[in-house]
Amino acid sequence: MIEGILIGLNTALSLKNILMVVMGCFFGTIIGMLPGLGPMTAIALMIPITYGFDPATGLILMAGVYYGAVFGGSTSSILINAPGIPGTVATSFDGYPMAQQGKAGKALAIAAYSSFAGGTIAAIFLLFAAPSLSKISLSFRSPDYFALMILGLTAVAAFSSKGQFLKAMMMAVLGLMLACVGQDTLSDIPRFTFNNMNLSDGISFVLVVMATFAMSEALTIILRGTDPSSAAKAISLKELGSIKLDKDETKKTLKTIPRSSVIGFIVGVLPGAGSTIASFLAYGMERNFVNKEEKEKFGKGSVHGLAAPETANNAACSGSFVPLLTLGIPGSGTTAVMLGALLGFGIQPGPRLYMTNPEIFWSVIMSMYIGMVILLILNLPLIPYIARILAVPRTFLIPMILFFSVTGIYLMSFNTFDIFLMIGIAVVATGLRLYKFPMPPLILAFVLGGLMEENLRRSLLISDGSFNFLWDRPLTAIILAFTILIFSWQSYISLKSK
Amino acid sequence: MKISSVKIISLLFFVLSAFYLYTANQIQVFAFDVNSPFNAKTFPIYLGYAGMFFAGLQILLPEKSVEKVNHNVLDYKKVIYLVIIMIFYGLTILKVGFFLSTSIFLLLSYYFLGERRWKLMLIFSFPFVAVFMFLLHGALNIYLRDPLLKYLGIIG
Repeated sequence: MIEGILIGLNTALSLKNILMVVMGCFFGTIIGMLPGLGPMTAIALMIPITYGFDPATGLILMAGVYYGAVFGGSTSSILINAPGIPGTVATSFDGYPMAQQGKAGKALAIAAYSSFAGGTIAAIFLLFAAPSLSKISLSFRSPDYFALMILGLTAVAAFSSKGQFLKAMMMAVLGLMLACVGQDTLSDIPRFTFNNMNLSDGISFVLVVMATFAMSEALTIILRGTDPSSAAKAISLKELGSIKLDKDETKKTLKTIPRSSVIGFIVGVLPGAGSTIASFLAYGMERNFVNKEEKEKFGKGSVHGLAAPETANNAACSGSFVPLLTLGIPGSGTTAVMLGALLGFGIQPGPRLYMTNPEIFWSVIMSMYIGMVILLILNLPLIPYIARILAVPRTFLIPMILFFSVTGIYLMSFNTFDIFLMIGIAVVATGLRLYKFPMPPLILAFVLGGLMEENLRRSLLISDGSFNFLWDRPLTAIILAFTILIFSWQSYISLKSK
Repeated sequence: MKISSVKIISLLFFVLSAFYLYTANQIQVFAFDVNSPFNAKTFPIYLGYAGMFFAGLQILLPEKSVEKVNHNVLDYKKVIYLVIIMIFYGLTILKVGFFLSTSIFLLLSYYFLGERRWKLMLIFSFPFVAVFMFLLHGALNIYLRDPLLKYLGIIG
């Protein structure tokens, strides 16, 4: 492990990679602050840029964007009660009341320290958990992987759908359908290409991500007539007040951080759960941990209530890298985008990643520490200045997002067919978004589609066409049992409320 | 009886899945692969059934709360304009070249979104694209086809 840490430090501390972390954190913070544009959009816009780099640098940049966006989302939550991303909704419960009491600076400082501590502690957990889990996952066979992917898809559909489980499952199936377009990997037989040569290589992953996130989010903003930069304008005009914490506030923050870090990390590791659930769970748990007097303050500007979700959502970000780096199976939409980008580099994340590409594995973990320090520097003294940069009117912001989306995909293939396909998918996705059809299950399914088919193929060929492989191995059976449990629970909730 | 938009979308998805299933069955596999436990059409066939299953459930089960979208407040006009501009951009990017088509795309997008500060609009179109192209060409060594700039002798 020491050798790995040194390899990671060597890669992460190179000037280029430090620059990438700074860039990623800065860009992520800005996007995270804008309500409506989440980390997936930020990462999607970064993908074409990362193809000019080596895989480690590309992943470091994307990871920086990811936790930068989570970090940045808290700022608009606290200052104007408009969470930049769903993972920072719980932050506004106590952050905004604090800002209204004239303690905006303190609230931002608590959020920054908690995020820093949560992210750093979780990165330490990741440091120990990832290699151990990698060793365990070496014993995984094709049926286990197939079952794990089904579990991942079901979990993401269950948790990201907010009670719309069937819609989420439909989106997951649509993602898998899109992934099947193009030549079959084994036999090279064309599927669903309709004699169109442009489709014979399949649909590009970057195209689908750009269309369903960056472009469709931009179109949705225009359709709804919202102005994401209004948040930034409000921030830059606001009086922040002191950012210094007194003894009592420091004590309360320090008490909350360890327990919320553990909750955040565990939830982050679970497939599909992510930072939103982690932050709500940590908020609820913290309320149970504190005494009656403190409990009364929840929702009215409690330090515990602010520190808990902020610690947990950043810890969850680090936690979500565990299944990605060790199993090669992303646990959330955001890490699915990263997996897609890694596959684009020709890197297959999984249990062997830290043996075959130790520099990628360790440098990502090491860059997280550097990223957390950078975010602390960015978030405390620079927020009012970042906010000023952000006050870009939407008349300029939206065309820029569309420009980077179209150019990004054009630069990858130099094929105008891809531009038209992207516009088509974006228009459909915008319509689906209006009726609350979630997009993360579609992306996860699209990324996992190829791997899922490959593992199902191997499992069925080994078992001579019998589906016994689903319960022959105890591990496969246990994973599938969890899937059935989630499926049944979600169906029960849906039917009960109907 | 009024059918909700979500049910209509689900019905469309059901039809799409049925078509997908039909197309999956039409995939020509190699003769030696026809009776194999797994061939090129196995997975798509399962997906077709899965799509029909979930869409069917969504259609049949009663809705918890009907998703209401107020179409009167949605700005369809601007979205249609933007989509047309993007299609136009896609049509011209190869023929006219990256520089001119991108600059015009940006300029038109700003205009249709309501921007009227011409000075800013011009700065963030032509010079912005020029800098962007310089970075791509100079820094990342990515070749961009541009017949116009080639004709003018600006790029090789």
